[in-house]
Amino acid sequence: MTLEPERYELREAPAYDFPLDRREFFKTLGGGLLIVALISPSDAQESGRRGGAGGLGAPKEIAAWIHVGEDGVITANTGKVEVGQNIRTSLSQAVAEELRIPVSSVRLVMGDTALTPYDMGTFGSLTTPQMAPQIHKASAAARQALIALAAKQWSADPATLTASDGRVIAPGGRSIGYGELTKGRKLVETVDGAGIAAPKDWKVCGQSIPKVDGRAFVTGAHQYVSDLHPAGMLFGKVLRPAGYGGKLASFDGSKAAAMPGVKVVRDGDFAGVTAPSQEAAERALEALKAEWKVDPQPSDRELFGYLKENASESRPSTLEGAVDQALAEAPVKLRRTYEIAYIAHTPLEPRAAVAEWSDGKLTAWIGTQRPFGVRSELAEAFHLPEDRIRVIMPDTGSGYGGKHTGEAAIEAARLAREAGQPVKVVWTRAEEFTWAYARPAGVIEIASGATKEGAIVAWDFHNYNSGAAGIDSLYTIPNQRVQFHPTKSPLRQGSYRALASTANHFARESHIDELAHEVGLDPLEFRLKNLSNPRLRAVFEAAANKFSWNKRKPTAGHGFGIAGGFEKAGYIAMAVEIAIERGQVRVVRVVSAFDCGAVVNPVHLNSQVEGAVVMGLGGALFEALKFENGRVTNASLSEYQVPRFSDTPELETVLIDRKDQPSVGAGECPIVGLAPAIANAIYSATGQRLRSMPLVPNGLPKVVSQR
Amino acid sequence: MAFEILVNGASHRVETDPETSLLSVLRNQLGLTGSKYGCGEGQCGACAVLIDGRAVRSCITPVKHAAGRHVTTIEGLARNGKLHPVQQGFLDADALQCGYCTPGMVMSAVALLAKDPHPTDAAIRRGMEGNVCRCGTYPRIVAAVRMASKGAAR
Repeated sequence: MTLEPERYELREAPAYDFPLDRREFFKTLGGGLLIVALISPSDAQESGRRGGAGGLGAPKEIAAWIHVGEDGVITANTGKVEVGQNIRTSLSQAVAEELRIPVSSVRLVMGDTALTPYDMGTFGSLTTPQMAPQIHKASAAARQALIALAAKQWSADPATLTASDGRVIAPGGRSIGYGELTKGRKLVETVDGAGIAAPKDWKVCGQSIPKVDGRAFVTGAHQYVSDLHPAGMLFGKVLRPAGYGGKLASFDGSKAAAMPGVKVVRDGDFAGVTAPSQEAAERALEALKAEWKVDPQPSDRELFGYLKENASESRPSTLEGAVDQALAEAPVKLRRTYEIAYIAHTPLEPRAAVAEWSDGKLTAWIGTQRPFGVRSELAEAFHLPEDRIRVIMPDTGSGYGGKHTGEAAIEAARLAREAGQPVKVVWTRAEEFTWAYARPAGVIEIASGATKEGAIVAWDFHNYNSGAAGIDSLYTIPNQRVQFHPTKSPLRQGSYRALASTANHFARESHIDELAHEVGLDPLEFRLKNLSNPRLRAVFEAAANKFSWNKRKPTAGHGFGIAGGFEKAGYIAMAVEIAIERGQVRVVRVVSAFDCGAVVNPVHLNSQVEGAVVMGLGGALFEALKFENGRVTNASLSEYQVPRFSDTPELETVLIDRKDQPSVGAGECPIVGLAPAIANAIYSATGQRLRSMPLVPNGLPKVVSQR
Repeated sequence: MAFEILVNGASHRVETDPETSLLSVLRNQLGLTGSKYGCGEGQCGACAVLIDGRAVRSCITPVKHAAGRHVTTIEGLARNGKLHPVQQGFLDADALQCGYCTPGMVMSAVALLAKDPHPTDAAIRRGMEGNVCRCGTYPRIVAAVRMASKGAAR
């Protein structure tokens, strides 16, 4: 797997500083059995780790650990985080599977830089393919160690003993609880390989286990970062520039500073206030007087020209055959340009953080997909060694790739340092729209050539700005040039669910559809003719079957589209039915077929696929950030439309459970197929080819309303 | 100013500006953080609570409008540890991913079922239209409300 360019926003991992030695471990956890899973070398490379000695005298690095307490409580620690993908549930299933215990008795500690091993972050759909096997491995080793302890105690052959429901059992029915076996002991074992259950033998994994702590969420008891309120906490607000890159030219905080309980902080271009109540903080913020110097910046109307004009040098990532010659000689030629707007993640919980200083040490609670990354950001911002900073990530109100950074923590920490008390900063929705980062906009140019019989012979693909994820196709084409062109971005941009794969699939799968119509072949038939990858063919066929592709012919105002692809080691195909109603596009039905290897939790996998479709509807149909003079001009939910109940089509999902394939992440891949499938369906209904995402921000364009 | 409000059956006296949002009073003064801030303009429903049984957007409801009235929040739904049928429906249908929209969804659904105990799926979608779930759990939420309506009928 190569690093996607979006990850260049991610800095190199900090030197590993595993803070606990063996003695401290047991002080924190209590006695018992500790199994430490060492990270495998390939994963270490993948997650950009550097060398560096950890605790426990282990020269290698640690992925996760499992502790079996003297009270029988089983705790697993991982630096991964929960943002609604329900990975807490599926990792708990892994522990339960190998240790033969109920899922509900697993305690999973996640994303706390003081308590969990270093982890680069929860992104790239890597938790399932990388962390889950580590958790399996450590848990399996724990079970084997417990069996060995019992065997020793009973002078029995370990091969005759089994583990079940938290106990080791001998053939005659004699048994002993895990806790009893570890009583009075402080045992440590490290593993870098252990026999784990194969998917075909899974008993707990592969099952639809409900969200492990669901009750806390439906009762409102779960504490998100924005709900925290440590003793003495103040409310913080930050003064925002008049535009991106704004410099604070003049500042007067005296009126705010005179308000009761208010403190004003000015530090370079940073200014903010703290107050004992949210309302007092808001009033103090309004009382700040400031002038900003903001450089002129392009608006959304100039965006696509700007991206092309500012492209910097780059080289093709794929160059095969004689592309220009093949393009010139192909009997069927097509040259098209596609556009993708900036969109906002719009996590329902905006960025939020609480920061507290004590004895020169900083603790920050923040909703982030990269707690260790935020620790590095804080270390840099405050010139502190990382061992003086603790970042804690409670299960958070979603991220979708939008919470890789720690702005709110830095702001809260700066204000808290001044106030000498804990400070909470919760971004408003307008701040979230304006000061978070956007999914990159892009321009994609494709030139292609095919034979009259429908074999694609030439492919020239250029992506400006949106990124290189998913830029390579799985179509078999002898002459190919594929190139990503970095350029200047008017807006701050970063990761988003599936990165640029959505843009690249939109352009590619729209273009493939156009090419199919040029050569006069059915879009599905044309795809299968040019595809050899069996797993991608299988999802196309599964989606088409379930959808009854080609059983109904499109009529005026009613159409069908299909599209698919490959992302993060998963394969997706989607067939879509749309209807034009009073000039608006309504997505009626979406059938998805998805192969992400062995299925770990069908109900949650279904939720990931359905969620990706619903989220994808927004970017496909109507979401776009508008901006001018360095400001987002539609920074509210009344101006920036997101998908709602009424937008949701009938959803059907075919999960292809490949017990013979490793499980891979599922949060991202399914989003890539939707936009092109809808665009292709709009063409089938109207004869109108829409090449700019979002496709119909103001309803169907009036140019041609019917086929 | 001082206000008397009844929240989940208990009387509270709060000292605040009458224009302060009910959401802020609930969260910051009464420590009832189940109701969430999502947009501050009544567009997402994360802050939904009941006033005298009707769903309101607490982020745009000044606290003075709740004075002397019965406010029900997500914390007040379960009785003696037994979940409200709508809460149970959300668990049974696994109708939550990150869960941040869940309290508002549950409160909106409670109000919907009070008016229409046996809604069609179309009526559920219409009734819940003001609530946003960015994780896209809408089909499961419709199923959860449907299950709750059937559970209540038994």
